[in-house]
Amino acid sequence: MATVPVGQPTQGDPSMKSGASPRDRGYLSGIRPTRWLGPLMPFLAALAAFLIGGVMLWLLGANPFEAYAAMFQGAFGSLNSVADTIVKATPLMFVGAGICISFRGGVINIGGEGQLVAGALAATLAAIGLRHWPGWAIITLALAFGFLAGAVWGVIPGALKAYLNVNEILTTIMMNQIAVQVMNFLLSGPLMDPQQMLEGSFIPQTARFPQAADLPRLLPTRLHAGTLLAVIVAVLAWALLWRTTVGFRIRAVGHNIHASRRAGIRVERYAVLALLLSGALAGLGGATQVMGLHHRMFTDGSATGFTGSAGFNGIVAALFGQLHPLGTIPASILFGAMLVGANKMQSAVQIPTALVTVLNGLVVVFVVASELWRRQIAKRQEMTAMASSPDFAVEEAARA
Amino acid sequence: MITDLFSPAVLLGIATSGIRFATPYLFATIGETFGQLSGVLNLGVEGIMLMGAYAGFIATFRTGNPVLGLVAAILVGGVMGLAMAVISVTLKAEQGISGIGVYLFGLGMSDLLFQKALGTVETVNGFAPLRIPLLADIPILGEVFFNHNVLVYAAFALVPLSAFLINKTTWGLQIRSVGQNPAAADALGVSVARVRYLTVTLGGVLSGVAGASLSIGLLNVFQQNMTSGMGFIAVALVYFGGWRPLGALLGALLFSSVNALQSWVQVLAIPIPSDFAVMMPYVLTILALIFAVRKVDQPAALTRIFERGEG
Repeated sequence: MATVPVGQPTQGDPSMKSGASPRDRGYLSGIRPTRWLGPLMPFLAALAAFLIGGVMLWLLGANPFEAYAAMFQGAFGSLNSVADTIVKATPLMFVGAGICISFRGGVINIGGEGQLVAGALAATLAAIGLRHWPGWAIITLALAFGFLAGAVWGVIPGALKAYLNVNEILTTIMMNQIAVQVMNFLLSGPLMDPQQMLEGSFIPQTARFPQAADLPRLLPTRLHAGTLLAVIVAVLAWALLWRTTVGFRIRAVGHNIHASRRAGIRVERYAVLALLLSGALAGLGGATQVMGLHHRMFTDGSATGFTGSAGFNGIVAALFGQLHPLGTIPASILFGAMLVGANKMQSAVQIPTALVTVLNGLVVVFVVASELWRRQIAKRQEMTAMASSPDFAVEEAARA
Repeated sequence: MITDLFSPAVLLGIATSGIRFATPYLFATIGETFGQLSGVLNLGVEGIMLMGAYAGFIATFRTGNPVLGLVAAILVGGVMGLAMAVISVTLKAEQGISGIGVYLFGLGMSDLLFQKALGTVETVNGFAPLRIPLLADIPILGEVFFNHNVLVYAAFALVPLSAFLINKTTWGLQIRSVGQNPAAADALGVSVARVRYLTVTLGGVLSGVAGASLSIGLLNVFQQNMTSGMGFIAVALVYFGGWRPLGALLGALLFSSVNALQSWVQVLAIPIPSDFAVMMPYVLTILALIFAVRKVDQPAALTRIFERGEG
C-alpha cells in the first residue's frame, strides 16, 4: 500500500510534515473490513491463537480442552463470574473506543496505560479533595477530571506528532512511564492514606473515597455503572466517527492524509483531536475504575498493578472489533472473559495466567498480519468485478 | 546529604555502573538500528529482550554454564526476530501494532515459562567479571573501565564493529539503500526482503543478548517483566542516536548514567523524590525526540511496506 515511488526522495515517517509519497495513505489504511471477510477475520485470528495456545498447553503438560473449559467456566460459570468478566471488560471498552478513534485517524496510541493512570489519579484528587461535597457532585467532577487528565496525556503526543513530527508511538510509551512515576510519587506521599501513615505501614494507596461518591452497583455483584457509561461512550464514539463531519474528517485524515489536506481539511488539527479523544476516553475509563470498582487508588510501583494491562488489552480488543467502537464491546467481553477465566484455569490445570498475555499477543499479530490476505482477496474481487462488467465485455469484443 | 553525591567513591560507583548498565541498552539499540536502517520498526524489542533474558537464565541455571545461556539467548532472540521479519516483511503487517503483539507475546511467554519451570526467584552464576591484565591495575580508571564481564566489553566493541558494517561494507550500503528507497534498491537487484529479513533477525539476536546481559551478566536473576521498559527505551534511543551506532552509544551511556545516579540518590537518602529521578530519562527522551533528532537522518522508508510494482 504505502510504498516509496522511484526517484522521489521522501523524508520522515508517513506523517504530517514530511514530503511523503502522494500514494501514502497513512498508517492504518489497510485495516478496514472488506465486505465478506471482514467480520470473519478476527475470529479466524482468535481461532489460530487459541490453537497455538492449545498446543502450548499440551506441551506444558496440561489438557487443552480441560484448560479452555475451566477458563470458560471461570468466566461465565455463575452470576458473579459473569459480572466479573464484564467488570474486567469495562476498561477495555473505554480504551478500545478511544483506540478506534485514534487508529481511524491514522495516529497510533500506545499510551492507554498512562492515560488510564492519569485519569484515575485526577479522579482520585477530585474524590479526596472534594470529599465533603454531595456524592453526585463528586462523581460528576471526578469523571470530568479523569476525562480531562486523559485528554492532556493524549494531546501532548498528539500535538508533538502533528506540529513537530515526533513519532507518537514513542512519545505515548514515554508518557506511560511518566504517568506511573507521578502515580508512585503521589501515592507514596501527598495522597497516601493518613491512616497508613499513623499505623506506620506506609502502603502506597489512598484512603477510601467517601461512600456517597461510589458509582451505583447494577446487580448485587461487583458490576457498577461504569459499564453502562462504557457502552454509552462506545455508541457516542461510533456516532462521532460515522455520523458527524468531525468524525468523517478524522477518518479521512487517517485514510489519506494528502488528499485530505488538498481537500482543505486541517489535518494537523484532526490528528491532535483523534489522539486527544483517545486519551480522554482512556482517562474516563481510569476514573470509572477508581470510582466504581476500587474506591481508592493504589500502586505496586508499575502501571500494570493498577491497570492490569488494560491499556494494551484495549488495543487488542479494538483490533479484534475491527476498529469499530460497537464491535469493541463484544471483543472487550471476550478478552475480559479470558482474563477472569485464566484464574480458574490456573487452579484447574496449573498453567499460569500469563498464558492470556501470550494469547493476546498472538491475536494482535494474527489480526494485523491477516490484513495481507484480506487485501489480496479484495484485489481479486475487484478484478473479477472488472472482468465481468459490461464495459469490459464491450472492450474485449471491440478488440476481437 | 546532597554533597555526598560528589564524593569520589560515589562518583566512581556511578561511573562504573553507568558503563556496566549501558550494556543492555547498547545491544538492543544497535540491533534495532540495523532493522530501522533497512526500514523496519520492530517495536517488539522489549518482548524479545524478556525472552532472551529468560532463555539465557534457564539454560545457565540448568547447565551451570553461562556460555550455553548466551547461546540459548541468541537462538531465542533470533527466532523471535525471524518471526517479526515474517510478520512485517512477508505478511506486510503494520509494524507499530504487530510489534506490540510481539511484545505481549514475549512478556507473557517469559513469565509463563518462568513460573512453570521455577516459580521462585533463583540466582545463577553468570559471566564473572574479567579483569583485563595491566589495564585493570590503572588506579581509578582500571576499576571503571576494565573490570567487567565479557558481555560489557562485547557491547562496547559492537559500536565500532557495527559502524564499520553499516558505513564501509556493501552489505551496509544495501541496508541503507533498502531503508531509503526500496523500489530503487529493488530495481538495482538488491533483494529488499532478504536484506530486511537479515537485519530484523540480527536485531532479534542482539535484543536476546541484551536480555541475557541482564539475567546472566549484570543481575544474575530472572524476574517477571525484569526489563521494565528498557526495550522501548532502546527503540527511542535509535532515534535519539540519529540511526548511528555512535549516537546509540551516547544515548545508552546517558540513560544508564541517569539510572545509576538515581539509584545512588535513593541509596544516600537524598531528599529528592526518587520517582522524579526515575521519570527524568523518559522526559529526556521526549525532549530529545523533539529537539535532538534530525529528520533528515531518518530512513525514508521506515515503517513503509514494500510491494513491487506499487511505486
